Amino acid sequence: MADGIKDKVAIIGMGCTKFGERWDCSAEDLMTESFKETLADAGIEKNDIQAAWLGTHFEDINVGKGATPLSSTLKLPFIPCTRVDNFCATGTEALRAACYAVAAGAYDITLALGVEKLKDTGYGGLPAGGLNPSRLRFINCSFTTPGTFAMVATRYFSTYGLTPEEGKMMLAKISAKSHHNGALNPKAHLRRPVTIEQIMNAPLVAWPLGLFDCCGVSDGSAAAIVARADMAKSFRQDPVFVKALQIATSPGEELIYNKWDGTHIESGYRAGIKAYAEAGIKNPREEISMAEVHDCFSINEAITMEDLQFSPRGRVKEDIDAGRFNLDGPQPIQPDGGLKSFGHPIGASGLRMMYEMYKQLQGKAGERQIPNPKYGLTHNMGGVPAQSVVSIAIVGRELG
Amino acid sequence: MAGIISYGAYIPRYRINRNTIFNAIGFMGTFPSPGEKAVANWNEDSITMAVAAGLDCLAGQNRKRVAGLNFATTTQPYMVRQNSAIAAAGLDLPDGITTADFVGCTKSGTTALISALDATNKDKEGNIMICAAECRAGKPGGAQEHLYGDAAAAILVGNENVIATFEGSYSVSYDFPDRWRSVGEKFEHAWEERFIRDEGYTKIIPEAISGLLKKYNLNIKEFSKIIYPCLYPREHINITKKLGADPLQIQPSILATIGDPGSASPLIMLVAALEDAKPGDKILVASFGSGSDALFFTVTNKIEKPKNCKGFKKSVASKKELTSYEKYLAFRNILPVEVGIRGEEMPFTQLSTLWRDRKMILSLHGSRCKMCGTPQYPPQRVCVNPDCSAIDEMEDYTFYDKKATVFTYTGDNLAPSIDPPAIYGIIDFEDGGRFWFDFTDCDLDQLKVGIPVQMTFRRKALDEARGQHVYFWYAMPTSG
Repeated sequence: MADGIKDKVAIIGMGCTKFGERWDCSAEDLMTESFKETLADAGIEKNDIQAAWLGTHFEDINVGKGATPLSSTLKLPFIPCTRVDNFCATGTEALRAACYAVAAGAYDITLALGVEKLKDTGYGGLPAGGLNPSRLRFINCSFTTPGTFAMVATRYFSTYGLTPEEGKMMLAKISAKSHHNGALNPKAHLRRPVTIEQIMNAPLVAWPLGLFDCCGVSDGSAAAIVARADMAKSFRQDPVFVKALQIATSPGEELIYNKWDGTHIESGYRAGIKAYAEAGIKNPREEISMAEVHDCFSINEAITMEDLQFSPRGRVKEDIDAGRFNLDGPQPIQPDGGLKSFGHPIGASGLRMMYEMYKQLQGKAGERQIPNPKYGLTHNMGGVPAQSVVSIAIVGRELG
Repeated sequence: MAGIISYGAYIPRYRINRNTIFNAIGFMGTFPSPGEKAVANWNEDSITMAVAAGLDCLAGQNRKRVAGLNFATTTQPYMVRQNSAIAAAGLDLPDGITTADFVGCTKSGTTALISALDATNKDKEGNIMICAAECRAGKPGGAQEHLYGDAAAAILVGNENVIATFEGSYSVSYDFPDRWRSVGEKFEHAWEERFIRDEGYTKIIPEAISGLLKKYNLNIKEFSKIIYPCLYPREHINITKKLGADPLQIQPSILATIGDPGSASPLIMLVAALEDAKPGDKILVASFGSGSDALFFTVTNKIEKPKNCKGFKKSVASKKELTSYEKYLAFRNILPVEVGIRGEEMPFTQLSTLWRDRKMILSLHGSRCKMCGTPQYPPQRVCVNPDCSAIDEMEDYTFYDKKATVFTYTGDNLAPSIDPPAIYGIIDFEDGGRFWFDFTDCDLDQLKVGIPVQMTFRRKALDEARGQHVYFWYAMPTSG
C-alpha cells in the first residue's frame, strides 16, 4: 500500500517575480527573474539541480513548446527537463513532478518553475479557444472562463435561495478581503484596496459576476527548489516540508451526467479528501492554519471553502460574514492577495501560492504575517467547474 | 392519389416595423407599405429556417418514411455544397433519400412542390418533404429592404393519410427580368416597379391561374381559397377579380405581418389556408417569379385530425419587436460589428471532423448505454455513469427532439457576439443527458434555473475568410 510523500521532501528555496502587466519583460526574462531569487534563497549552485519541470499553459503565445525554453533560458546543462501542463493547475503540477521525483529517490535536488506571459494577445482575459479541442469546437457553447464560473454562481444562488443582490454581496466581501491583503503585498499586480460599493457597482463581465469578481490577467513566474527531507536542514534551518500533494481530474461526468449539483467543484472536494488523508489532517477547519486557494473568480473561493471542508455545504456565507477568512480571522485565506490581486499567469500561479505559504511558515511575510501558522494549503484549479482539475498541496514547518 | 399529408411553418422571433426602418434611413421614392416584417435572428439563414419549418411539419410523422427533401430558396448560403443536404442532416432524415435545391427564382417553392407531388404520384413508396425558406436582405433604404421578409414553410407529400389531394397544376415560364442577382452579389437589382407590377405581377399570375382553370375545366368560384403572393397591396385582390374571384376567396396578404418571403410566400399562405380548411374545400395556390406555377388541391376529411405543429397562426402571433434598425443591419451582416481580436481568432473549421461527427453535430445524436440506460451527449464509447463504466455498449440516441430544463446559465459580455451578451447555459434533458449550449431567442432577464427549453438548429459560426457556414443546435425557452 502506497504511503504517499508526506515528509519525504522539502522545499528549500523559492522565488517569485513581481506579477503584473510586464510590458518590458519576455517570458524568458520572467523565468530568469524567479530562478535567480530561488537559487539565492536556496543557497545552491545552478549545477546542483539534477532535474527540472517547467509549467506553462498557453505555450503558443508564450514560451513555445517543449522544455527547451526552460533549459536554454537558464542554461541547465543537459539535465532532464520536462514541460507539464494541466490547465490552470499547471504550476502545482510542475511542483508535484519535482516532489514525486525526489520522493521516488530518483534525484536529491529538483527544480519546478512556472511561467506565463499572457499580456501579448492584444485583448483582456485569457486567450480564446484553449479548452476547445477540434471535435468539441463544433458543439461547445461560446463560453469564456468567467462565464463558466458565473454559471456556478447562478446555480449556487438558486440552490441556496440567495437573491442576486445577496449572492453578489457575499462575493463582494471575498474580493474586498483579497484586495485588502494584496494592497499589503509589493509583489501583487493590483495593490489598491477596493470598497464593497465599488465591487457591487462594477460593470458585469458575465452575469452575475462583475469586474471585481474576476481576477486580473498578468505576467509572472515563480519557482521552487525541492530536496530530500533528510537533507533539507543542511541547506537551511527553516525548510518547509511537504505533507501532501494530490490532484484530482474530472472524468467529465459533471458536464454530461445529471448528478453534479453545479454548486461545487467535485475535483476540489475529492483532491481535498486525498490530501487530508496523506497529510493526516482530521479536521481541516481547525487544523489548516491558512490557505491560498484558486480565486480566479470570487464564487470559486466561496465554494472552495465548502469543498475543502472549511465551511459546511451551503453555509460559507455565514463564515464570510463573520470574517473567518480575513487576514486577522481564525483561518486566513489568500493572505498574499490571491489571484484576485496577483492576476493569473497560468503556469506560475500554483507556485506563487506556495511561495506565500513558504514565506508565512518561515515567518517572513512582513505586514501580512499570520501568527504562528502550522499548516498551509494551496488549492490550484484548472479547467472549468463542469470539467476540472484540482491540485492541493499541504505544507508545514515541522516533520511529523 | 398523391397529396399533402402534413405541413409546418416557421416565422423568426423578431419583427421590425417599417417605420423603424424609414425613420432610421429614409426611403428613396414613396414610402411603400405599412406594417412590420419578420426578421431572422443573427444566427439564422434559409437553411436553419427550413429546418425549423421542417421539424414543425415532421411532428408526429415517421422520418423513416421520408424519401426526399426539396429545398426551395433564393437565398441559399452555399453555391457549392448542397443546401438541402445540410437541411436534411438538421432534420435527421434518413441517409437513403433524394435531395435537391430549387433555387434562382421565387416561384421555386411551388416548383419544388409540383416536382415532389409528381414524384410521389409515380413512386407510391415514401413521402417527400418540401421546405421553402428565405432570409432576404435588401440594400439599406431600398424597396426590397422594406418588402422582403424572412420565413419558412414545409409541406410533406405522399400517398397515405392525405389531408389535401393534389388535383393538378399548370405552369408558365418566362424570363421576366423584374429582379436579378448575379453570383457574388449581396443584394438584388430591380427594374422599375410599375413595369414589374403592370407587365408581370398583374398579368403572369392571372395567366397561370386561368391556364389551370382551362386545363381542368374549372370555375374560379369553386375554390374556397385562392392563394398567391402579395407584392402590391392594392393589386393583390384585384388581379383575380377579372377572372371572377370574390375578394373573400383570396387568402389574406402577409405583407404587413411577415413581408414577402419569396419562394416561401405561396407555401406559407397555403399552410395558413390549410389551418382553416374543411373537408371538400378546393384550394388553388399560385406563385410568381420567372413565370408562375398554379396548383390545386381538394381537402379530405383527414384535415380534421388534430395537428401537433405550431403552424402559421401561432408562429405569426409569437413575436418580439426589434426596435433597433442598427441591430437589424448587424443581424444581416450589413453593419460590421466589433468582436475584438478574441472574436477574430476564429479557428479553422476542420471539415473532416465535421464529416466524421456529422450525426453528433448536425443531427444532435448522442448515445445511450445499453447496460444502464443512461443517455449521454456527446456520444461516448465509455459510459459516463460511474456505477456502470461499460465500454462500447452504446446505441444511437437523439437529443434534438427531447425536452430539457435550464440547469444553469449566464449572460457573457466577454464572449464575442453579434447580439451581446452571449447567453449560454447547461441544460438537463428530461429523460437524461446534460450538456452546455448557446441559448437563443431569449433575453437574460427571462431566464431562470428550471425553466423548460427546446433545441433549435442554427448557424453557429460564419467564417467569411474561408466561406464556411457552420451549423449546430441552440437551446431556447419553450414558448407557450
